[in-house]
Parts: sequence; C-alpha cells; structure tokens
Amino acid sequence: MRRQRAIASENVRLRLIRKIDDFSAKNLVKCAVYASSIIFFFTLILIPPIAGILENIGKLKTIYYDPSLLTSANLAIINSFTMAFTVATLDLIAALPLAWFIVRSKMKIVNFIDVLVDIPFLIPTAALGYSSLLFWSSQDGISRIFGMETLIPPGFALVLLLHFAFSYPVIVRVMVGELLTYREVYEVAARTLGAQPFTAVRTITLPLLKPGIIVSFLLAFARSLSETGATVIAAGNFENGPVFIFKNIDKVGEGALVYVSSVLILASTIIFFLIKLLAPSLKFPIKRAFPSIERKLSSYEVVKFRDGATILVFLIIVVAPSLFIALPVLSALLDGTVNEMVAGSELWNVFWRSMLISYAVGSISTLMNVVFGLPAAVLIARRKLGRATSIFKALVSIPIIVPSIALGVSLKFFWGKYGFIPEFWVIVFSHTTITYTYFVESMSAAIEGIPVEMEDVAGTLGAKPFTIFRRITLPLTKYAVFSGAILVFTRALGETGAAKAVVRTKEFQTLPVLLVDWIINKRATSSQSALGIGLYIISAFLVLLALRFIIRERRR
Amino acid sequence: MPSIRLVNVTKKFGGITAIKKLSLTINDCEYVCVLGPSGSGKTTLLRLIAGIIKPDEGEIYINNKLVNDVPPQERNVAYVPQYYALFPHLTVIDNVAFGPLSRGLRREEAYKVGMHMLEMTRLAWRAESLPYELSGGMQQRLALARGLACGAKILLLDEPLGALDARLRVELRFRLREIAKENGLTVIHVTHDQEEAIVVADRLIVLRGGEIQQEGPPSQVYNEPKNIFVAHFVGGANFFEGFIAETDPHGSWVQLRNGFILRVNETRWKVGEKIVIMIREEKTEIIKGIKRREDINLLPGTIKEASFLGDFVIYGILLDNGDNVNSKMPTLLGIGKFKIGERVYVRLRTEYLRAYPYPPQGLYQELKVM
Repeated sequence: MRRQRAIASENVRLRLIRKIDDFSAKNLVKCAVYASSIIFFFTLILIPPIAGILENIGKLKTIYYDPSLLTSANLAIINSFTMAFTVATLDLIAALPLAWFIVRSKMKIVNFIDVLVDIPFLIPTAALGYSSLLFWSSQDGISRIFGMETLIPPGFALVLLLHFAFSYPVIVRVMVGELLTYREVYEVAARTLGAQPFTAVRTITLPLLKPGIIVSFLLAFARSLSETGATVIAAGNFENGPVFIFKNIDKVGEGALVYVSSVLILASTIIFFLIKLLAPSLKFPIKRAFPSIERKLSSYEVVKFRDGATILVFLIIVVAPSLFIALPVLSALLDGTVNEMVAGSELWNVFWRSMLISYAVGSISTLMNVVFGLPAAVLIARRKLGRATSIFKALVSIPIIVPSIALGVSLKFFWGKYGFIPEFWVIVFSHTTITYTYFVESMSAAIEGIPVEMEDVAGTLGAKPFTIFRRITLPLTKYAVFSGAILVFTRALGETGAAKAVVRTKEFQTLPVLLVDWIINKRATSSQSALGIGLYIISAFLVLLALRFIIRERRR
Repeated sequence: MPSIRLVNVTKKFGGITAIKKLSLTINDCEYVCVLGPSGSGKTTLLRLIAGIIKPDEGEIYINNKLVNDVPPQERNVAYVPQYYALFPHLTVIDNVAFGPLSRGLRREEAYKVGMHMLEMTRLAWRAESLPYELSGGMQQRLALARGLACGAKILLLDEPLGALDARLRVELRFRLREIAKENGLTVIHVTHDQEEAIVVADRLIVLRGGEIQQEGPPSQVYNEPKNIFVAHFVGGANFFEGFIAETDPHGSWVQLRNGFILRVNETRWKVGEKIVIMIREEKTEIIKGIKRREDINLLPGTIKEASFLGDFVIYGILLDNGDNVNSKMPTLLGIGKFKIGERVYVRLRTEYLRAYPYPPQGLYQELKVM
C-alpha cells in the first residue's frame, strides 16, 4: 500500500516536471522569461534614474542664481572624486601586501587575519562611521593614549581614514581570489631563470594580475564615491557630493540637487568607463631588472618588515576603528539604557519600526533581484544577446558606479510623479535599483564558470531547459545565488544615501537613516545611539549567520 | 535506423567559415572517424549534428528526418565532448541516470539502466564516487556510459581519448569500437590522431578548412590519398618537386632538382608541367652497392640520421640533389643496418609513386596542417 502511494506520488511529480519541462522548451516561454527580465531592468533599474534627472534638467539653471551654493556644490563634487581616487590608491598600496600575506604566508596567524578582514564588510557602514568617529575623535578613543581630547577631528582626514577602512576589504577579497587562481608556476619559472623574488613579482605576477588590480581599484573607488551614511557622521565641515545632498536635501531648491546628482552620475560613469578602457593599456615597468636593489628588497628582513607594517596598518586603521563600537555598546548595556529600551518609549518604538522597515525592504528587494536578475545573469553569461550583450553588461554595471544618494535623488524625482505608488514601494524600488548590479554580476560570473558544454551535453542527453536549469545550472551555482542574495540583502540593509533621498515621511525611515539622524542631530543620547547601533550590528550579524548556516547546510 | 545525412551544410562564426557546403552520409551502425588538424571544423561538425548549434545553410537529416530546427534533447544523439563535461556535483550513477531521468523514466528504471551501463563499462563498483575521484580512463568510460544510457543509437565522440596517456589510449580505442559494435551504434569519432583513426574506423573522413578532403575505408585513404594534404596528414610521406620531362604511352619521366630523373607510371601529364611526387616512408627503400645501368629510380645520397621508434627505425637521407627523404623500416630488419655518413642509394619503385599537380600556393603551404 505504501509502495503504491509512493509510486503514485512519484508519477505526479514526474508528470509535473514533464509539464514544466515541455513548457520551458517552448521558444515563446524562453523569450517571455528573458524579455520580462530585460523589461524589469529597463523599467525599474535603468530608466527611472535617467528619466528622473532628465525631466528635471530644466531646474538646473536655478543654482546659477546662488553663486555661493554653486561654489560649495562644485567643491563637494571635486571632493568626492579626490577622496575616491586617494582612498582607492592608498587602499591598493596597503591591501595588496595583505592579500599576498594571506595567500602565501604559512604562518598560523593567517587564518585569524583572514577572518578579521571581513569585519568592515559585516558592520553596516553607518555603524562603522560612528565607530570610527568614536575611535579617532572622542575622548574615550585613541586620543586618550596621546593625552589629547581629539586626535583626528571630524573632517577630511577622518573621512579618509573611514573610507580607507571600509574599502580595504574589497581590495583584499578581490586580490586574494585573484592570487588563489593565479598559477604560481610562472613566478617559479621566472625565478629559475635567475629573477629575484621581487623582480619575478614585479615583472611576471603583477602584470598578469592587472585585470584583478583594476577591478579592485574600481570597486574601492565606487564604494568610496557612493558611501553616504558613515561619511555624514564623520564629515564635520567637510563636504563631498553625498554629504552635500544629505545635508541640503530639505533645505535647498531642487536645482542644486539636480545639479550635484547629474554631475555625479555623469562624471562617475565617464570616469569609470575611462579607467576600465585605459587602465588595461597601463604598462608595468617590466623591461629592466635591478638585481642588487631587488635582491635587497627580496631579503628576509625586508619581507618581514613589509608584512609587519602591513598587519600593523590593517589592525590600527581598519580593525580597531571598526570594532571600537563594542565598548560604548557594552557601556550602554550596563548603564541602564537597556532597561529604558525594554520599558519602551517613543524613541525606541521608532527604532523597532525602522528596523522592521529595513528588513522588509531588504528582503523584498533581494527577492525581486533574484527572480528578475537570474535570467539577466544567464543572458550575460551565455551571451544570448549576441553583440548587444556587451552593451547590456555595461548598462547593468551603472548602478554600482553611481553614488547611491545621487541615484536616490533622481529616483525621488521619478517616483514622486506617481503619487499613487505607496512610499514603502518607492523605497523598495530604489533599494532594488541600487543592489541589482551586485546580484547580476556575481551570478553571471558564477554561470560563466560552468563550462557551456555541461548544459549542451545535458541537452543532448534529453534534458529540457527547465531540467537543465534545475539539475545542472542551479546546483552548480547555488552557492553563488545565496552569496549574491546575501550581498544584495546586506547592501540594501546598510544603504543610507538612497534611502535618505526617497523617504518622504518619518514613518518610513529605514534604520541607517534613523541612526544617522540620531547621531548628527543629537536626537538621542550617545548611550542610546551606541545601543541602537549595537542592536543594528547584532541583528545584521545574526541574519548573516543564519543565511551562511543555510548555505553551508545546502552545500553539504 | 540511425543514419545521418548532411546536405550542403555551411556554418560561419563571424567572418570565419568553419564548415563549407559540406555533404556527407553516415550509414546505420557505421563507425566513422573524422580526422583533421586543429581548426578544421571537426568539433563544429559534431555540434551541428548534436543540435547545439544550427547550420547557416544546408540541411541535416537524422534517420531521414530533417532536424535543422529540432532541439538537442529531441534528436536522440549522445554527444561526448572533449574532457567529457561530467557533472561534477552528481555521483557516477547520478551522472549516468541523468539521461534516462530527463527522458521521463521512473527513478528506479533510470537507475537500473544506469547500473547496466556502468556494468558494461566496468564502472559499477565506483557508482557512488564523484567524477573527480575517478582516473582519466574511468572518466572517459563514464562519459561513454552516460551517453549510452539515454538510449541514443548515435554517438558523437569529440577527441574521446585525447586526455588519456598513450598506453590507455591504445587500450581504450579497441574497447570503444567493441562497445559500439556490440550495441549497434552509429558513431562519429573525431580525432586528430591519424593512427587512432585508421585503427578504429570503418570509414575515414579527412577534413580541412571545413571541407572534406577525402573519405573512404582507412586503407584506401592511406594507400590512395587524393591530394598532397591527405598524403601528408595520414601517415608519413616523402615529397619531390619536379617537371615532366618526357611522356610515353606507359608513363612519364620527371626531372627533379639538379638533374635527377624519376619514372612514374602516369600518362595524364603534359611535358613541362610542374608536379609533386609522393611516396610513403615505409615504401622508400635504401640499398647498398653499385647502381646498374638498367636500374631506374635509384637516387644516390648519404645517411644523415637514424631515429629509433621501438617497432620501427627511420633513416634520414640527404640525396645528392639536395632533397631530404625518410625511409621507415621494421626494427628487426633495419636497426644498425646503415651507418651515419654511409653512401647509399634510395630506391623509389614506380608502382608506389603517386603524382599530384603542383599546388598553386606552393608545396610548403599545402603541407601546413595549422
């Protein structure tokens, strides 16, 4: 009886799969799936920010009536790019040796360093900004060691240190990946031909790693250019583009916002593509060798000094400011703020509501990106659009390049026209726009990693498109799907700039926007802010942990 | 009956034509080897038949049914790509059962078919292993089992032995043919190894630049190559450039470089015509002693090198007219027979000489395989 029931249920399952299989084999269905993902990209991701700015371009002229505002807007824009370029360059110089250390060193400490690298990734940037502010600028931070009130006051230097810290792991992670896939045999061959280790790295390894170096530089550049929440906290009187928009969004006319946003969007897109185009032709100095100098640079002492200095910079500028928040959170736990939170008050009610909104926005935008981003990733990875694939791929990368608050301003203009769309959904749409690239790019890279022959062979063995996807593509990219989803979710959860731009009423403030408001407008005591940030970090950490646990289970 | 027919098939990739107006028929249960250098269109031909790519022009018929627009899963053709594309996340048995399951078989039946195929390929004992845990030869057999399990009667093998070591390659090529014949399969086996192709094929197809140069039984293609390229690509050969000096009703006299004369048994040439003469290395004889007046096709030269190949020895001879020739002979007969620097004659028997028109782009260009 049980066996018959099992056979019956197997039959039902087979019939269902066969039906979906037959359905998926129809050209019309395949076209519909891909078309829907393209339509989604254009209507929700690409057109809204462009249309939002273009429709309001006429308001640009109003800024010319206010020369002082124009001057400060221009300065803010220049500051944005100067900061991004400086940070990306410094990060590259400091992070590359650490990536090298992680991959090549046999020391036991490597595993510990490897874990520490991800800390700035795990802490939402607004929280990181507050932590850095307390570490570098407050009396209780590093200033105490030097007997000073403020070692580094809010301003350019603090923003530089902050951006350095949160962009640093991007470069380490990309370069660790590159070094792991790099075939060391080239370097070994160079050394057997008489090259000093330093010469071999300079003339063979680094030129071969150039694509990875360019990508990591661009990612750090984009991350610095786009960050808003933490920058606002650490900025003091310093203003870059996102800070200018953040501070003036409710004060100045739309002309100034359109001006700064459009220039940021246009300039960042041009600079990004210029770097991408020109950087590959940049030559490493490989034509000459300097045996005596390079022998010294390869010596045990120099290498040890380099590793020591790298780890020191990493611990002092990246790890310590990121973890410093733990101290005020601990003191908030002990000084009675927790009791006040548990008892409940208007302040904490708003906090919990914002947290709920943040998680709801993060979840829905992640789901939308997974559903519509997956076919787009397949289109890119399998070059299904022929020559147009490269154009589509370039368009997909735009949201990651453009400062998110500038994108938020244009989205605010665009969705503002459609008053009937509830504010919550406008926030969801804007977060979907900002995070779309992360999912599609990570997924398309994962799919590209599967030899196309696997899918071809599965087809010749009788599998229809749905079965090929279900049994071959998905199992082999499952890890990437989850990782991409986590990336999107954490990015959406930590987004301040775009959220600030599109939120119209206080009821829909997301958590990072609320916390930045608490800190810079002093709406909460420092103890309350610390506790709020602590809860934010812990909740994000728990969700990440849960997701990683699910992934690990599934991988088994 | 599983037969394949291609009619005027053309496939282009951008500006490159991979297959040019190719027509071909493969009969039921035939084991065909497609031989050609890299870039000759071998893999493209397989991918066209498997339905992974579509032809730009022409028709493809499988079992007399036009399949140009039929997707791969409906063609009932098993394609085994180079390096096999085994699904790394599925066990050996899951890999083999993938085809039957995809074709709608119940799980139990699918695994039964899978196990049968694994037994046939002697892999049943590794059913629960993952592909990366298998040796190269086992992976090759698994790819074959997976292809056979889906019930296809047409098997497309793309360099199936290319990733294996020399010893295993020799062993497995006979096993491949054996399995194909036992199961009544029609096989297209793509390779660039001429020895492998000659040994296993019922019919050989030589491809170059997307065009068929010659097709036929291996012995015919080897002994009667239609052009210089086939002669050069299938087996070792010596080539001589020359002009027709004189013709008579029984043959022609050919003038080689520096006044050397050769006799060929062909009468189709005109006096003054430039030609290329070919003779297989193993049919190039070396003799010691003095030339008699009545001897023809005896060319003087000096032994320059001797290469020991195990079963065979190849002597390299520099002829007095400046041409180089190789002579291949069984080790038992040839080893130590001639010394480096020894003066010898090379005998080229007229019955083994074949003449071809001189290629317009030159002999060197014609012999290029890349």
